[in-house]
Amino acid sequence: MKRFSAGFSFAMTASLLAAFFVQSAPAADVFESVLNAEKQRIAAIAKAKSTAVSVFANGGQGGGSGVVITPDGYALTNYHVAKPAGNTMSCSMPDGVLYDAVIVGIDPTGDVALIKLMGRDDFPCAELGDSDKVRTGDWCFAVGNPFLLATDFQPTVTYGIVSGVHRYQYPAGTLLEYADCLQTDASINPGNSGGPLFNADGQLIGINGRGSFEKRGRVNVGVGYAISINQIKHFMGDLRSGRIVDHATLGATVSTDEEDGKVVVTNISESSDAYRRGLRYGDEITNFGGRAIRTVNEFKNVLGIYPKGWRVPLTFMQEGEKHDVLVRLAGLHAGDELFKKVEPPAAPQPEKKEAPKKDQPEGESPEKDPPKPDDDKTPMPKPDSKKPMPIPLPRVGGPQPIPAHLAQYFKTRPGYTNFYFNELNRDRIWNNFQATGDYSACTGTWRIVGKTIAGTDVEIVLADDKATASMAGGESLVNPNDDLGNQLDPVGSGGLLVALHLWKRMLTIGPQKFGDVYYLGTGPIPAQSELVDILVATVGVVESRFFFDPQSGRMVGLEMYPDLDVDPCEIYFGEFKDVDGRQVPHRLEIRFGNDVFAVLQLSEFDLEMAASK
Amino acid sequence: MSRGDNLGEKSNVNLPLATVLSRRSLFAVVAALAALLGGLLFERVASAASYADVIESVQPKIVKIYGAGGVQGLEAYQSGFLVSGEGHILTSWSYVLDTDFVSVTLNDGRKFQAEFLGHDPRVEIALLKIDAVELPYFNLDDSVELQGGDRVLAFSNLYGVATGNESASVLHGTVSAASDLAARRGAFETPYHGPVYVLDAMTNNPGAAGGALTNRQGQLAGILGKELRNSLNNTWLNYAIPVASLAQSIDDIRAGKLIPREPDENRAKPIEPVTLAILGITLVPDVLDRTPPFIDRIRPDSPADKAKLRVDDLILFVDDHIASSCKTLRDELSYIDRINIIRFTIQRGQELVDIEVDPSN
Repeated sequence: MKRFSAGFSFAMTASLLAAFFVQSAPAADVFESVLNAEKQRIAAIAKAKSTAVSVFANGGQGGGSGVVITPDGYALTNYHVAKPAGNTMSCSMPDGVLYDAVIVGIDPTGDVALIKLMGRDDFPCAELGDSDKVRTGDWCFAVGNPFLLATDFQPTVTYGIVSGVHRYQYPAGTLLEYADCLQTDASINPGNSGGPLFNADGQLIGINGRGSFEKRGRVNVGVGYAISINQIKHFMGDLRSGRIVDHATLGATVSTDEEDGKVVVTNISESSDAYRRGLRYGDEITNFGGRAIRTVNEFKNVLGIYPKGWRVPLTFMQEGEKHDVLVRLAGLHAGDELFKKVEPPAAPQPEKKEAPKKDQPEGESPEKDPPKPDDDKTPMPKPDSKKPMPIPLPRVGGPQPIPAHLAQYFKTRPGYTNFYFNELNRDRIWNNFQATGDYSACTGTWRIVGKTIAGTDVEIVLADDKATASMAGGESLVNPNDDLGNQLDPVGSGGLLVALHLWKRMLTIGPQKFGDVYYLGTGPIPAQSELVDILVATVGVVESRFFFDPQSGRMVGLEMYPDLDVDPCEIYFGEFKDVDGRQVPHRLEIRFGNDVFAVLQLSEFDLEMAASK
Repeated sequence: MSRGDNLGEKSNVNLPLATVLSRRSLFAVVAALAALLGGLLFERVASAASYADVIESVQPKIVKIYGAGGVQGLEAYQSGFLVSGEGHILTSWSYVLDTDFVSVTLNDGRKFQAEFLGHDPRVEIALLKIDAVELPYFNLDDSVELQGGDRVLAFSNLYGVATGNESASVLHGTVSAASDLAARRGAFETPYHGPVYVLDAMTNNPGAAGGALTNRQGQLAGILGKELRNSLNNTWLNYAIPVASLAQSIDDIRAGKLIPREPDENRAKPIEPVTLAILGITLVPDVLDRTPPFIDRIRPDSPADKAKLRVDDLILFVDDHIASSCKTLRDELSYIDRINIIRFTIQRGQELVDIEVDPSN
C-alpha cells in the first residue's frame, strides 16, 4: 500500500509539473529539466573528453587509451597497454595534436602505468573524483580508443551505468589483480584499455582495463571493469618515482570460518609486521583500512588498494578482546621477483643476453617472445574463458629505440622503469627542504637540550665520532663508525641515537653524498592526514626513510630500520622554530613498536658550524 | 587494426550449452494476459528517484543460486529473485538445479539450502524455497507490462561476479520490442516460443538466467531468459520473459501440479508394471540427484523403437505426470500396467512431441 500511494503522489506531482512546463516552454515538447540534463551531460562529456589520450605504440600497430591528470602532462593508462608500447609512445588528444610521451612508473599488479606527455605545461587535465562515493546505478561514461578508431584524434564516448562497486577480480598469477574495482555496462572494448571512466559530472572515477568476455569473442558484453581512482591515488606518488611499484600483503592469509562466517587468520608469517603487532593464527579480522570486514573478498579489496610499505589500521579480535593496531604491509613480491616478472624473457641472441635486460624493461615484443601459457613470467593472463580478460591491443613489431629528442627524459636503472623521474623527485624534495634550512655548513658537533614531557632533562650530542644521550634512564652512547645496525641505544628506543646520527648526516651532506638514496613515493604517517614524500636512504644494512611534507617542504619524520625484519625507530618532528634562518623542530616524538618511547620538548639547538676535529 | 585475440575455443564451449537449451515446450501455453495492475497505471510517470535509489531497493530481492555444473562450459551458478516473504524464489529451470544441493545466497550474504518445489519445462522456470521469513520480495501480482521504448534495469549475477554479500550486477537499457520469440523460429534453439521483451542491453550473459527485469521504478516485469545464440549469424539475443507469460505455470507449481508424485503406499500398483526394459529404453547414466531422463539407447524392434522414440529425446511427462528425473520417471512407470498404452511427452531438439507407446507391441 505504501508503494501504491507513493506512486500516486508521484503521478500527481508529475502531471502538475508537466502542466507547468508545457505552459512555460511552449516551443519545446520536452521538459525544461530534461533539456537541462542534456546540456549538463554534453558539458560534462566535452570537459572530460578534452583530457582523453589515445595511445599508439611507436613503430607498431598496438595501443590503447589514457587520460591526462596534471597540467604538465602526467597521464594514466594500463600497465598492459604501456608494457607492449615500450618506453616511449605517441599520444593523440582531441585538440588534434600528437604528443610524445615517456613511461614514468608502472604498477604491474594493479595494471596501472603513469606516462608523461611532453610539450606543454597547460594540458587539459581530468578532475579526480572519489570512487568510494560511486553507487551502483550512477551514470558514468568511458572515453577511449576502442579498436584504435581514434586515428582521427577523436576518442569514442560510451555511456552507461555503474553495474557494481567494490568488485574483486582475481589476478592472473600475481599480476593484473583488479581489487575493489568498479563494474560498468558502458561499452568497454579492446583499445579502451587504460582509458578513463568518468562520473556524470565528468570527474575521473576509474581507469578501464578489463571485461568479462568469455565465449562471445573479444567485444563488449556489458561487463567492463575499471580500476578505482581512489586506489590509484594511493599509488600516485610511487608511480611518479619511476619505479616498478609493488602491491602489498599482510603476511597472513585469511579465510571464512565455515561455522560462523567470520574472517579468521589461517596462516601468519612470524617475520611479518602483523605478527609483531600481535596478530595470531585464529584471530578474527573485523576491520581493515577503515572498512568493516565480513568476507574474504572485502579483505582482499582493502589489501589490493594499498602499496607495499603503507601502514594501515587493522582491528582484530583475540580471545574476546579487541585490538586496534597500525600494521605495515609487506611487498606482495619478494626480492626482485616482480622486476623479473615485468622484464622481457631472456633474448635468444647471445650478445643480447650479455646486455643487462634492465635496459629494456618495457621492450617486450610479443612476436619475438610469444607468451607461453604455462610461463608465469608472462604478464598477460592466458585466455581463460572463465575469467575476465584484460583488453590489450598488442602491437606488432619489436621494441623501439628511444627517439633522440626524448633521450633526456629517460634513464635506465635496475628496478626502475625510468630513473629520470626518481632523480627529478629526489631533487625536488631536497630543494624544497633546503628552502626551509640549509645545514650543509653545520658539520660540527650538534648539541640538543630539552626535557621529556615528564619533565626530566635531556641532552643529546651528535659528534662525528660518537653520539650520546643523557635521558631519564641514564647515559647512552653509540659509535657512528661501528656497525650501526647493532647499536640500538637507548634501550627501548629501537636505535634513537643511530637514527639521529643519520638524520644529521642527511641534513648536512644531502642525498647525493649520503649513499644510496631514492624517492620511494608517498605514504601515510601516524597523526597526519596528508600523505608525505618519502626518501629511502641506505647505509650498510641500515635503511632509513625520511618523510617530507609536500606543502611546507619540511622533514616531518624518519624511520630507521637496523634490519628490515624488525621494528624501526620512528621519530616525528614538530613545533618548528627559526634557529639562525633554519626551521628547526623543537618537538621530537620517538616511537618504537607499539609504544611511544619518549616525547622531547627541546629548548636549545646548538648546530656547530666547523668540524671539531 | 590488430585484434590480439586468442580466444579460439568458442565452439567447444558452445556444444554443451546447445544441449541445455534444447529442452522445449510444445504446449504453446500463454496464459491469458493478466489484468492490468494498479502499479501499471503509474509506470510512465517520470520518477524523481535516481537509478541508484531504485537499485538499492531492488537488490535485497535478488538471489545468487549455486548448484550443479562447473564442468567445461557450464557455469554452476545462476540468478533468481524472491517472490514471497517466506522464501519462494523464481528462477530458470536448468541443469544448475539438477542436484539436491542447490544453495541460495541472499543479498545480505546469508546462505540457505534450497528446496526444489517444482518446475515447468514448457516455460523453463522453476520455483525454489528457502527456510526464512520476512524477506523483501517482488509481489507477482504487482508486476508490470512493458512496451518497446520502456527503460529497464536487469539484475543478475552474470559471470558469477558477485559472491557472498556482494550485490548482483545491474545493467540498464530499453525494450527494443515486445514480441513473440516464435517470430525468430529456426534461428534460436529454445523450446520457448511465447512473448518476450527483446532488450538492447547485454543482459543475457552466463549466469544471468533467472535474474529480474524491472522497469525504471524497480517494479518486476520479467525474468531474464537463458542464453540464446542465433545459430544463423552467431549473435546472441538479450531478452526476458514477461511475468504474465509465467503466471499460469507459477500457479501450477504452487498448486502442486508440476511436482513429481510422491510414492504413495495407498495407490494401487499393478502386479506387472511396465519397465524401461520392456519398452526397450535405456536412459543416460543416473549420476545426478536429478538426472534429466534423456534416452541413451533404444533396442531395435522394441515398443519404443516402433513408436519412433529416438536417442537423445528428453522425456518430460508420462501420461501428463511430470518426470523431472530418471528416478521419478521409473517411479511413474511402476504405477502403469504393462497392458496399457503410455503417452510420453518428449523434447526433441526444439520440438515438444507427444508419442504413444504400446508395451505389448
